[in-house]
Amino acid sequence: MKKYLLPSIKLTVLLVVLLGGIYPLLLAGIAKLAPGKGDGVTVMHNGKVVGFEQIGQKFTEDKYFWSRPSAVDYNAAGSGGSNKAANNPDYLKVVQERIDTFLVHNPDVKKSEIPAELVTASASGLDPHLSPAAANIQVARVAKARGIATDKLKQLIADNTKAPVWGMFGTPTVNVLKLNVALDELK
Amino acid sequence: MNTEILGVIATYGLTLLLAWPLARYIVKVFRGDKVWSDFMSPLERLFYKFSGINPKEEMDWKQHMKALLTINLVWFVYAFFALLFQDKLPLNPDGNPGQSPDLAFNSAISFLVNCNLQHYSGETGVTYFTQLFVLAFLQFVSAATGIAALIVVFKAFKEKTVTKLGNFWEIFLKTITRILLPLCLLIAVILIFNGTPASYAGKTSVVTLQGDTVNVSRGPAAGFIAIKHLGTNGGGWFGANSAHPFENPNYIGYITEMVAQVVIPIAMVFALGMFIQRRKFAYVIFGIMTIGMICLLIPTMQAEMSGNPALAHMGVQQLTGSMEGKEVRFGPAGTAYWSTVTTIISTGSICGFHDSMMPMSGLMELLGMMLNCLYGGCGVGILNYYIYVIIAVFISGLMVGRTPEFMGHKLEAREVKIAALITLLSPFLILAGTAIACYVFVHHPNADWAVKPSSWLNNPGYHGFSEMLYEMTSSNANNGSGFEGLGDGNMFWNISTGFVLILGRYLPIIGPVAIAGIMGAKKHIPESAGTLRTDSLTFGAMTFAVIVILTALSYFPALALGPIAEYFSLYK
Repeated sequence: MKKYLLPSIKLTVLLVVLLGGIYPLLLAGIAKLAPGKGDGVTVMHNGKVVGFEQIGQKFTEDKYFWSRPSAVDYNAAGSGGSNKAANNPDYLKVVQERIDTFLVHNPDVKKSEIPAELVTASASGLDPHLSPAAANIQVARVAKARGIATDKLKQLIADNTKAPVWGMFGTPTVNVLKLNVALDELK
Repeated sequence: MNTEILGVIATYGLTLLLAWPLARYIVKVFRGDKVWSDFMSPLERLFYKFSGINPKEEMDWKQHMKALLTINLVWFVYAFFALLFQDKLPLNPDGNPGQSPDLAFNSAISFLVNCNLQHYSGETGVTYFTQLFVLAFLQFVSAATGIAALIVVFKAFKEKTVTKLGNFWEIFLKTITRILLPLCLLIAVILIFNGTPASYAGKTSVVTLQGDTVNVSRGPAAGFIAIKHLGTNGGGWFGANSAHPFENPNYIGYITEMVAQVVIPIAMVFALGMFIQRRKFAYVIFGIMTIGMICLLIPTMQAEMSGNPALAHMGVQQLTGSMEGKEVRFGPAGTAYWSTVTTIISTGSICGFHDSMMPMSGLMELLGMMLNCLYGGCGVGILNYYIYVIIAVFISGLMVGRTPEFMGHKLEAREVKIAALITLLSPFLILAGTAIACYVFVHHPNADWAVKPSSWLNNPGYHGFSEMLYEMTSSNANNGSGFEGLGDGNMFWNISTGFVLILGRYLPIIGPVAIAGIMGAKKHIPESAGTLRTDSLTFGAMTFAVIVILTALSYFPALALGPIAEYFSLYK
């Protein structure tokens, strides 16, 4: 053992410098060329930063499209899911409350039309996206709150929908923050 | 066909396409052929010189293990003290505190052994210094440790009779400079251009569109995420791991990280065939591993895509499947595929929380970790499979009534004893560990040394039992994923899983290397008509049967109490 101790320590020192020091510094340098310069890509509205493109936000007002429920209340200084099991009775109670709340705010929607993602918490608690179906189900509410034609809103959702990679791989997504910024900038 | 399933197929296909050339490259590196990365050799020479290492000095298997264990011990001491005193070290823009001794013990070990359990949360439990200089460092070197051990076994297979098996330092260092570091740079750059942060900027505060003020954690995460996957480590920069939208920003990010985590394990199987020039032997192994993966994958995808029956009963629509604990950009099918891959290989990163998945998926995840040899972690996957091969050779030998042979060497009592002990170790650690946890949970719900045992479980009933079983299984398999509802940040879990981690890591490395080393030194017996052919489909099926029977016998009762009981209560 003793024979290997000194080489082990010396090699460790060098590798810590290479892998812990130089490697991330190099990447931070490369990131200066990337969108957001490695600090995270921000979204602007009226000349102000209103958030990060990747980080979902909480929307509770009727005039905005709502994001998915979050186990961390969209506080991005942390992240996480509910970790509730499929048939945990407390969890099912929470889901039932979310369904009821949604129905109160969206009287035109039938229960059987609510997509599950709108009443279940995401994994990160910061999910920035909705599926197009989950955005479209909220159109009637937003249209009423803002006095905008539903067709116009549907078009806005379509414009803000990102198709799967090459139209073939993955899921279509709508970025809720960008959609709501576009909504505020409408007219 | 739906785009989610197509995405999964494309991701797996791309992995195979990339694994093949990578395997050829790995073989060239360790045979010492000329390769494009030879520009690294001045740096390597500098490292040898400074460290007083002679890379030409050949070692036998015992010397290899001594070197491996010594340097691992050095890393443990370094990591433990750095985590303990991280609040006094630089690069702590968010002002996070030092870890408690039991947490530092657990964190240091779990990164040292390639597991990454993470009983803390990345945003608050560690600093940029410890993330980069301790945890990311350990992610590199622990992966290289596993690969180096496997290369020693390759060398023992290759020669007819051999005791000298190369130099540990050289194999270890080349794994980092020639394989891990270049590939990580590539992966990290792809992630950076898809939106993953890489600067040293700390937490920032923003006023949202609706007028709320929120803080957003960031940091030099891209490089960490690259090695976390390539090295099958799995520990996340952020608490939500690869479900966090910074850590895994979009579907391109998904494909990148998914390919990154399984490409080396698959490439190592191909490399085995190329290196020892028995390609058919490797193809049969690859086939068995792939069949095993598909057996776990299909029920998982089916369960997730059909949605939660309890929610269906409440009358909402589950268009794509179950969405609790999942992200829209990955979807249920993509999350199901990730959960299978991350448990069969020992990554343990997640893109959706396993705790909230269907009981069938939970069962498949547990089985993936209990087997721990379908592709498996960097290097160690094949070492685990090798143990099953030894058992299969031994049983086959008994069945036909002749002395079993493997790779031209007699397999005798000593080797079989080692293999049997290693095989029994996993069920012992997992089942005894879970039993102790259950006992403590029931009998000492308010003990001081287990901070809040009464709130260990986030879910009642069968699923609560699964949470404890999962944690022990994940520790033994050095996997690192969890049923994260479990309150594991206390003294009981930190210390108990810490010891399971150590035993579950080093014995399954030492065992196979010892067997290969002992057998490699024996007299070579030329193949004859009477030799059991280990590269035949029949033998592959035999190995598969051994794996299935051993796993079923060991774990069925525990699984019946957890996910299987939960399944029948949910789908009644």
